[in-house]
Amino acid sequence: MSTDTHALSRSRSRSRAGRGVPNLRSLLDLVVGLAVVVVMLSPIYWAIVTSLKTELQSFSSPPTLLPPTPTFAAYGQAFRSQGGALGTSLVIAVGATVITLLIAVPAAHALASFRFRVTGLVVLLLLVSQTIPGIVLGTSFFKIFTRFHLLNSYLGLMIADSTYGVPFAILIIRAFMLGLPRELLEAAYVDGAGTLGTFLRIVVPLSRPAILSAGLFAFLFAWGDFLFALTLTTSNAITPISLGVYSYLGLHTEQWPDLMAAAVFAAVPSGVLLVVAQRWIRGGLATSGLKG
Amino acid sequence: MVETTGTTVDARTRALTTRRRWRGGAVRHGIHRPARDRRRGERSLWSRKVGRAMFLVPALVYLALLFAYPLVYNILLSLRQAGVIGFVNDSAKFAGLANYRTALANPALPTVVVNTAIFLVASLVFQFVIGFGLALFFTRRFPLSGLLRALLLVPWLLPGVVTGSILRFMFDTSDGMINQVLKDVGIIHAPVQWLSDPHLALVTVIVANIWVGIPFNMLLLHGGIQEIPRELYEAGRVDGAGTLRLFRSITVPMLRPVIAVVLILGFIYTLKAFDIIVVMTGGGPINGSQLLSTWSYTLSFTNLDFGQGAAIGTIMMLVSLVCAVIYTRIYRGGETR
Repeated sequence: MSTDTHALSRSRSRSRAGRGVPNLRSLLDLVVGLAVVVVMLSPIYWAIVTSLKTELQSFSSPPTLLPPTPTFAAYGQAFRSQGGALGTSLVIAVGATVITLLIAVPAAHALASFRFRVTGLVVLLLLVSQTIPGIVLGTSFFKIFTRFHLLNSYLGLMIADSTYGVPFAILIIRAFMLGLPRELLEAAYVDGAGTLGTFLRIVVPLSRPAILSAGLFAFLFAWGDFLFALTLTTSNAITPISLGVYSYLGLHTEQWPDLMAAAVFAAVPSGVLLVVAQRWIRGGLATSGLKG
Repeated sequence: MVETTGTTVDARTRALTTRRRWRGGAVRHGIHRPARDRRRGERSLWSRKVGRAMFLVPALVYLALLFAYPLVYNILLSLRQAGVIGFVNDSAKFAGLANYRTALANPALPTVVVNTAIFLVASLVFQFVIGFGLALFFTRRFPLSGLLRALLLVPWLLPGVVTGSILRFMFDTSDGMINQVLKDVGIIHAPVQWLSDPHLALVTVIVANIWVGIPFNMLLLHGGIQEIPRELYEAGRVDGAGTLRLFRSITVPMLRPVIAVVLILGFIYTLKAFDIIVVMTGGGPINGSQLLSTWSYTLSFTNLDFGQGAAIGTIMMLVSLVCAVIYTRIYRGGETR
């Protein structure tokens, strides 16, 4: 693939696009781009198509690219058996998001506005904390949670799942807060707003976009969690949707449409995030780099 | 407490204090404070410092309880004599490096280490090369390019269980569409055992992991390419450089820090990979796709040998830590620029 678009041809194509005449080359690029997307997203397409089939159709050979008789029966089935799990995941993910933001927003403000001697060190620790393999935390949490009776509990999973979000949220909210005009904060302080007042009335409202996107990510991480759900539950008392989907995968799975419908349910928050927080995804990645 | 930008600090405090005087109140910041107020001012300065610290304290406590403590706990766990009895009543005795010796002598270890190495190298190489290619492609201007690029992020945003179950279905020996298509096209005659052949299973989970990792590589590299000043390419062209030469002499050197970050993060991320493997193969068959992360889980939670599981976890942590140190070096370098 060529890099020669950077300089000259870019301005050329822009001026042409301005006249409303797409040139042949950009149309060719569009075709290639579409082909790439089709290949990359084909598994997702296949999952959705399968979820609209009957069990028999799902393993018919040759495979049919469109559902012959589209039916939402699998969604009904999946919802009947996994509706509770979806609710459980919703509760856990909301709880984890609340914990994440309660810890992260004040910390981000402190690390962005107050020049503590430890600021650099804390930022470093936050970066390092994201490199810890989840299974290390999972194993230790299991032993620690056993002692504090947090196994098989909503609170336990909320706390564990918040570990995906907290370092990430502090880093991206802080990066945003560093861009706030300092004069504004100082003016508020001078006008008698106080440390807490400045934070609540100036910093938080102005940082709403970053807080919102950090919250969405924290929600998504907790919603998608599988590792902590697997390690920190020992009974069926609490079954998040990740374990619900996993439970379909026995030795001989044949309920493919149901499984795919459950997977589609489990994927809904990812789609929402992609639409709502698109522009924050790259920024978030660039500052903190890691998902879960 | 004050911004460290030299002269502007004085200017700012002066501006603030004069502003305060106009309003006729006492000087709150207490910087040009009269002597009689000094003691009270110092106390309020101190309380202000405490007030500010309270913003950070919850996060520090959180980090200590949910990251530092479990890490230390994991190391202690790996040094204690575990086994099922110790697991049940938590009475395990200190055992030194016994768990590490047992883990290193475990007949499964060579397989797991080799698997992990292959998984890491193959995932990183393919994710990076394909991601880089796509990043370059998407610097071209064409209709819908932004939308298509956004759509490519979907595999990366999906929960691991969702990715794993979709791909497990597609690679299923009898029902999977991959075998069906290959058979219909005539490439294969007997179904391929994608997930039930010990050697192929590793290849299949690598393919799955590459699929998830491509968007991540593309996203960061695309961002990096956008930051390269256009003038460099113009100058290069004037000097008569061709496309390949521009790529080799401008794009790659300018992207070096981004490339380093992408590879290191990719390494850390791939070492952590867990969900997809557990869902697709469970590490099997006969450890065929077992990685350090899934093996640590199996040792602890299936064999209930928490000592060995923790020992493997500690080794993984050390490997990650080395990468983290390199990463933070680059990250800091990038921040000061």
